[in-house]
Amino acid sequence: MRYLPLADADRQEMLRAVGASSIDDLFVDVPEAARLPDKIEGLPDHLGEMAVERELARLSRKNLVAGEVPFFLGCGAYKHHIPASVDHLIQRGEFLTAYTPYQPEIAQGTLQALFEFQTQVARLYGCDVANASMYDGSTACWEAIGMARRITRRGKAILSSGLHPHYVSVARTMARFTGDLLEARSPELVAEPDTAALLDSIDGETSCVVVQYPDIFGRIADLSALAERAHEKGALLIAVVTEPVALGLIRSPGEMGADIVVGEGQSIGVGLNFGGPFVGLFACAHKYVRQMPGRLAGETVDAEGKRGFVLTLSTREQHIRREKATSNICTNSGLCALAFSIHMTLLGEKGLRRLAQVNHARACAAADRLSSVAGIELVNPAFFNEFTLRLPKEARPVVRTMAEKGVLGGVSLGRLYPGVEALERGLVVAVTETSTAEDVEALAAALEEALA
Amino acid sequence: MSMNREGRPTRSEAAEGAPATYTGNRALMLEEPLIFELGEEEGCGVDFEDFASPGSRLGGLERNRPIGLPGLSEPQAVRHYTRLSRQNYAIDLGLFPLGSCTMKHNPRLCEKVARMPGFADIHPLQPVDTVQGALEVIARLGGWLVELTGMHSVAMSPKAGAHGELCGLLAIRSALEARGDAREVILVPESAHGTNPATAAFAGYRVESIPATTRGRVDLDALKGRLGADVAAVMITNPNTCGLFEPEMIEISRCVHEAGGLVYCDGANFNAIVGRVRPGDLGIDAMHINLHKTFSTPHGGGGPGSGPVVFSEALTAFAPLPFVEKQGDSFELVEEETAGEHHGSSFGRMVAFHGQMGMFTRALAYIMSHGADGLRQVSEDAVLNANYILRRLDDLLDAPFGHGGPCMHEALFSDKGFAGGLTTLDLAKGLIDEGFHPMTMYFPLVVHGAMLVEPTETESKAALDQFIGAMRSVAERAIAGDQSLKAAPIHAPRRRLDETLAARKPVLVWKDPPRAEAAE
Repeated sequence: MRYLPLADADRQEMLRAVGASSIDDLFVDVPEAARLPDKIEGLPDHLGEMAVERELARLSRKNLVAGEVPFFLGCGAYKHHIPASVDHLIQRGEFLTAYTPYQPEIAQGTLQALFEFQTQVARLYGCDVANASMYDGSTACWEAIGMARRITRRGKAILSSGLHPHYVSVARTMARFTGDLLEARSPELVAEPDTAALLDSIDGETSCVVVQYPDIFGRIADLSALAERAHEKGALLIAVVTEPVALGLIRSPGEMGADIVVGEGQSIGVGLNFGGPFVGLFACAHKYVRQMPGRLAGETVDAEGKRGFVLTLSTREQHIRREKATSNICTNSGLCALAFSIHMTLLGEKGLRRLAQVNHARACAAADRLSSVAGIELVNPAFFNEFTLRLPKEARPVVRTMAEKGVLGGVSLGRLYPGVEALERGLVVAVTETSTAEDVEALAAALEEALA
Repeated sequence: MSMNREGRPTRSEAAEGAPATYTGNRALMLEEPLIFELGEEEGCGVDFEDFASPGSRLGGLERNRPIGLPGLSEPQAVRHYTRLSRQNYAIDLGLFPLGSCTMKHNPRLCEKVARMPGFADIHPLQPVDTVQGALEVIARLGGWLVELTGMHSVAMSPKAGAHGELCGLLAIRSALEARGDAREVILVPESAHGTNPATAAFAGYRVESIPATTRGRVDLDALKGRLGADVAAVMITNPNTCGLFEPEMIEISRCVHEAGGLVYCDGANFNAIVGRVRPGDLGIDAMHINLHKTFSTPHGGGGPGSGPVVFSEALTAFAPLPFVEKQGDSFELVEEETAGEHHGSSFGRMVAFHGQMGMFTRALAYIMSHGADGLRQVSEDAVLNANYILRRLDDLLDAPFGHGGPCMHEALFSDKGFAGGLTTLDLAKGLIDEGFHPMTMYFPLVVHGAMLVEPTETESKAALDQFIGAMRSVAERAIAGDQSLKAAPIHAPRRRLDETLAARKPVLVWKDPPRAEAAE
């Protein structure tokens, strides 16, 4: 076995050293009834590298690869170009095979990178502080709702209809067990988000209002009025950002008054990965930091006065506080946070702005082209790189038909909101720097054909 | 030991007395500023094609102030992160004996497989006909986890171990509620991981602790005495956090079931028994598996993890969405819309999309590489290595449960016998100077100054011998009350860091210094 260094002679010598006559002696505490006499049935024996690689390559070829076809899917996971150096750097063994930095003297690499990551996220979101990452956007969103409950000591959260339905589902699941009251409304296929209705529903019982920006249909609306109303009523505004590239061009939620900003960071540095691993981003105002979930890297000095970094404020966390912790989170998404940070460093202010401009320009051109197809209507006039089309018929079979022709043409609202008739004609199309003009033409042609 | 002591360099008084360098660097030990000190807003390591701007449709929300993100060209960025990386310890550099964390070698084949475009470059919402290979990976890995654990079903979506714990407890709570038997209390042994009580509280339960015996096991009588109509479940780690198998596990499960409760097992220590014991044979109802421990997906400096949960028949109907089902020749993704027909009692979704695909491919490659025979060898070698360390050190260090028999995959020591006010922390920092990552310190809480050493199966005998030599050397200093240990580490990129200062005045983000030229 190529991964097991002990030779049989070593094993014999070591057994003698520990005073055991056979390996079975070391498993004496296992009840007789639970001891397996031999290897597990139903699993094949070990395989060489070549055989494993061949079999997994065979399985991988059964999937239609996003980068090989005209591709327009978004809705919480976006295809962007990732510079080659990002993947090279995160594969350095010192990053890849390190643990959570519990021994800071020999983990400054991870700790400094996390401190840089936290600063990038806080600035991008327009907040004071950010943590060292969460599992993903959907779990970060629920954690933010829980944090708002702890801060306001109220249990009613109002969720915008523009919030990603999976994020809503996660919150619903959790709220059933925590006793939080969720007020979630059904989305409508209209041009504007439901800001007006949200404003009306905030009351003295509300812990938080959760708004996605840009929302699940790609719509963008000013959050300032919501922030103001929420604060008047003693509630918090939580903004959710699933496409961080947008913030290269549009105002940050923090600037507009959001108290907690969370989201998905996958667009920057991480890749699609069929939905995971991703990286949850979590930022808030400094005054709430002690209610924040997750790991935090902080600056300090060593015994010689040199600057260094440590994990800090761990009295919020499970390994110290046990059942009184702010969250049960332990592992976060460290390596994906590093990938995010490296990609963001390669972009910088200028690069992120350029990237956002390219995305927006391509999306504008695509929206014009696609809404020129007979019977198709653009739902939202304001968007960043993702918009919703209303098709003359149900979108889900259209998406399947296009996929058979090798065009991944978007996400049908039927996939996200099964059984909701009012939404079934909706098709959400994401256009990034990876989508070429030819791809847009291919999509237009595929739509024309599928709708004919 | 003699080899090691002779090989150890004398304390570097010469280096300490040497003049400071101009750069602050010491040869290969390079100081690295923050990106905020290095980069500028105009710096950039990415080129873009020219594009025509058709104007803005951003609803009047154009950003009107800078973000403050520094940029670096590619050579600068590569150098920055490469320099940072060199300030980290890692498995690739040496033995990483963090008890309960299972820091084993990460096969590079698994990295290669996870990056195949057919796995890495597919979108979670693609039509299922276009991702059949991905669904097959999930189904196959899930099937093997079920085989290896002897359980009934598996939920693949939890994102990490603690998320898996939550998944298990939510299924338990759903099952109890479904039979109209809402219970309020979860019993957790005092030696448990902190995530256990935190998760139980997160899931809406009250947590009560159950004591350990002097042999480091769950006190069965105390447990029996506490069981009753209000106890929803017991969360047990097995092998436990003292590195010991719970010999009465079958009886524990029987008692809990008899009292109407369910048994959750923290699978963090599955590496000790994989291929030799199936938790399903111990009466367990739910157990998470840390793919980043037993199945060696890289820890990445703190994640991403992956925490699939295996269930007994009693809990299967309550497992979360989504999951993959084979229907005829194809694989289907059971999500909200189809759940009604197949799994109406599911407790719902706990994460967007379908789980950690990038970890599934790695874990599958790992399992295929080892096979049934190799996995059994994994647990045997892991246990043998830990016992070897236990017996080579227990004449010098106090092993509180060492006299009771063998340990499993990790060896536990206490700080008994340390003199001159020296502590476990001092020993750990001394190990850093010896070129090793320290063991887990001060956990489990049931042992004073606990040191939990988990070598894993991917260490050679030579590596173990060197580690044992270093441990003995540092332990002898601790027992002798050698005060120089208080200053350790002296050879690491940083000396001991002031954690109190960090917590008292938290500096969590970089603040640009006021611009000097403004004054002129």
